[in-house]
Amino acid sequence: MREVAVIGVGMTKWGELWEKSLRTIFTETALLALDDAGVDKIDSMYVGSMSSGLFVGQEHIASLLADYLAQTPVPSARVETACASGGLALRLGFMEVASGMSDVVLVGGVEKMTDVNGYEATYALGTAADQEYEGYHGITFPGLYALIARAHMEKYGTTREQLALVAVKNHSNGAKNPLAQFPFEITVDSVLNSVMVADPLRILDCSPITDGAAALVLSPAEMAKKMKKPVVKIIGTGQATDTIALNQRKDITWLEATFQAAKQAYAMAGKKPEEIDFLEVHDCFTIAEICVIEALGMVEKGKGGQAYEDEITFLEGKIPVNPSGGLKAKGHPVGATGVAQAIEIVKQLRGEAGERQLKDPKIGLAQNMGGSGGSSVVHIFERE
Amino acid sequence: MPTPSRYWREIPQRYRLEAIKCKKCGTILFPPRLICPECKSREFEDTRLADKGKILTFTIIRVPPHQFVDQAPFAVGIVELDDGVKLTGQIVDCDFEDIKIGMRVKTEFRKIYSEGESGILCYGYKFVPE
Amino acid sequence: MEGIVGYGAYIPRNRIKVEEIAKVWGADAPSYKKGLMLEEKSVPSPDQDTITMSVEASKSALKRAGIDPAEIGAVYVGSESHPYAVKPSGTVLAEALGATPEAHTADFEFACKAGTEGMFVALNLVKSGVITYGLAVGADTSQGAPGDALEYSAAAGAAAFLFGRDRVVAKAVETYSYMTDTPDFWRREYQYYPQHGGRFTGDPAYFKHIMGAANGIMEKVGMKPSDFTHVIFHQPNGKFPFRVGKMLGFEKEQIETGWLVNRLGNTYSGSSPLGLTACLDVARPKDMILIVSYGSGAGSDAFVFEVLDNIKKVQDLAPKTRELLDKNKNYLEYGEYAKFRQKIKKAD
Repeated sequence: MREVAVIGVGMTKWGELWEKSLRTIFTETALLALDDAGVDKIDSMYVGSMSSGLFVGQEHIASLLADYLAQTPVPSARVETACASGGLALRLGFMEVASGMSDVVLVGGVEKMTDVNGYEATYALGTAADQEYEGYHGITFPGLYALIARAHMEKYGTTREQLALVAVKNHSNGAKNPLAQFPFEITVDSVLNSVMVADPLRILDCSPITDGAAALVLSPAEMAKKMKKPVVKIIGTGQATDTIALNQRKDITWLEATFQAAKQAYAMAGKKPEEIDFLEVHDCFTIAEICVIEALGMVEKGKGGQAYEDEITFLEGKIPVNPSGGLKAKGHPVGATGVAQAIEIVKQLRGEAGERQLKDPKIGLAQNMGGSGGSSVVHIFERE
Repeated sequence: MPTPSRYWREIPQRYRLEAIKCKKCGTILFPPRLICPECKSREFEDTRLADKGKILTFTIIRVPPHQFVDQAPFAVGIVELDDGVKLTGQIVDCDFEDIKIGMRVKTEFRKIYSEGESGILCYGYKFVPE
Repeated sequence: MEGIVGYGAYIPRNRIKVEEIAKVWGADAPSYKKGLMLEEKSVPSPDQDTITMSVEASKSALKRAGIDPAEIGAVYVGSESHPYAVKPSGTVLAEALGATPEAHTADFEFACKAGTEGMFVALNLVKSGVITYGLAVGADTSQGAPGDALEYSAAAGAAAFLFGRDRVVAKAVETYSYMTDTPDFWRREYQYYPQHGGRFTGDPAYFKHIMGAANGIMEKVGMKPSDFTHVIFHQPNGKFPFRVGKMLGFEKEQIETGWLVNRLGNTYSGSSPLGLTACLDVARPKDMILIVSYGSGAGSDAFVFEVLDNIKKVQDLAPKTRELLDKNKNYLEYGEYAKFRQKIKKAD
């Protein structure tokens, strides 16, 4: 397998983009990535999108977007694994370059969530759960994560305040991110007093509904070395599945798919958790971030909440998590998230992260997750 | 609204909690499947789930899906039945303050939701205090 | 010898008091309570209906009968609040119990006597040997129009009876039906609430048919009021059963065991059937029970049962009627009650 590098990234401001359609949002973002990479022709492309069909009634977006990017007749695939669709697109693009099959692959993700009303958006997101044995009974996504939160709090003593600190940290980081949907700080009090969505999770524990896209360009590392920017390689990739129904998991408080995906990525990269400098993880809900850092081996099982009280995951901490602002502050256009996580890693490694730049990071890890943990994709990046 | 076939197909599970038991390793599968996820055997015998269990975790849904708007807020949890199978379902007939992890419950036949004013009525299992 | 092999009751746990309803409509609660001899009534939760209550009552009946549901040859649900206008309640019940596919199933309607109609047919199919076991349920979640007198009493509940020939707990001695065309209470198709003829619902309706059926059956079977341990009449309010009982020559003590209405309300097709389950819960071998239902329109079904020794083996096998009536109650305010009963006009 060849070494693979990220040679271009593109991202636009996320939020409620009333004036822009799905195809516009994707195309303008992808063009930024192509420009950043200095290429005008690609060999193939992958697009992550959880549900363009339910959100805008549009399937077949692989070809639609290849067309609007003026790249037909290149092969294009739209891939889906719920909220990990972006990460999956990245993995498949990586494999295509690593295998030698293609040299320049565009990896993008897009979701246009505001063309439907709140109920329909919630319904579309809910299709990531087991329709007949979870959704049928009226559970929602905040509800599923609330079930995890309560079980985690009961088993490990994780507190409501520790959950709030996740959101506070992510907003503090997001306030430094000009492209974030909510670039402002919040306090623990505002989280604890926000309206209850599914006990014990409140509205400020939940990532938002967002329109947005993210794109990057992959090439063999050899090609990247010829460019002027620091070379950022993908040195490990992993993906894993688990039951999508939460009640069928062996341990409700443990994200096995994330653990397995990370295990594969660590093995491939030849790295251990201690060697990761910073992470971008899937904080769809505050409790998710706590469970993810446990499953990634950053902290001991059950000690995730404590890490926030100790602030080791904060921007100045030992293992900064979500310097971009995470899904909570940056936004969560579902299919785009996995790609945006990778883009933050690349920017940090290149030294292009502006106000939220970390001090000389070398190795970053991105973790993307689908549903209540039924799928997970992990990538490890290294600056040469 | 979907055609009624998707609802009707799950009736044996929703009304009678019909499950299957792996002949090789004894794992009970609900809903029934074609291949055992534990031992990959494809031979099963019919069984029914236990009708009592304990609450493993729960939440109160305050922002409900569309068809459940009139029911909110309502409690939903994961219950571990006495035969080890875990089910997701609503917890009813008790005050929210009284629901605790470890609480004993039993299944009861209830209406889960209606498909609008003119669609079919969808029934299934919920949990009530034992 | 045919008769009841198993029986079961189901009453939802929500209640609303007469005072709470009267408060909203500016009515005089004490006079309603006195006039109707009623304190409170049961209210179904939004996730309960005639079908769900029938399933739970029938499961209790099966627990007492101890039979394989596949052996049930007939499944009947009598109600005036079937959840569908077209699609039977009986099929959902039969599926939930596991009595499908070999069971004759039908939904019965005759205002408040739909339950005893199903009982009459199930019993006689067993008697004639056509089926081995027959299940009949009387269940309702009927509505009273807001502010109308019926709103104080229209309640929800279900009673199920499994008829058969072996391990009978109460032998069916005799049946008798008395019926005329009397428009005392009705609901037209597409109307949400029923209407009634006010005082016309008394003498020419309730009293005439209950007396006709009670006298008819006692004559047919050669018994007099004092021969009965328990008598159950349809209970539209607290007063009528005692009044008709007195007119027929029964004593208060014979009526009290099966008299639930003061804290239950009128469960329509479940009314006299639940009175019967309440009596069976405490009956002793050799007790004679008379049950007379009443359905507007109008008619009455009467049954005489003789309690047998087997009753003692089954009484404790499932929840008892008065336990369901008096334990674990949840009192509602009128707003929540109106929301539960869909009396509030919402946007589409």
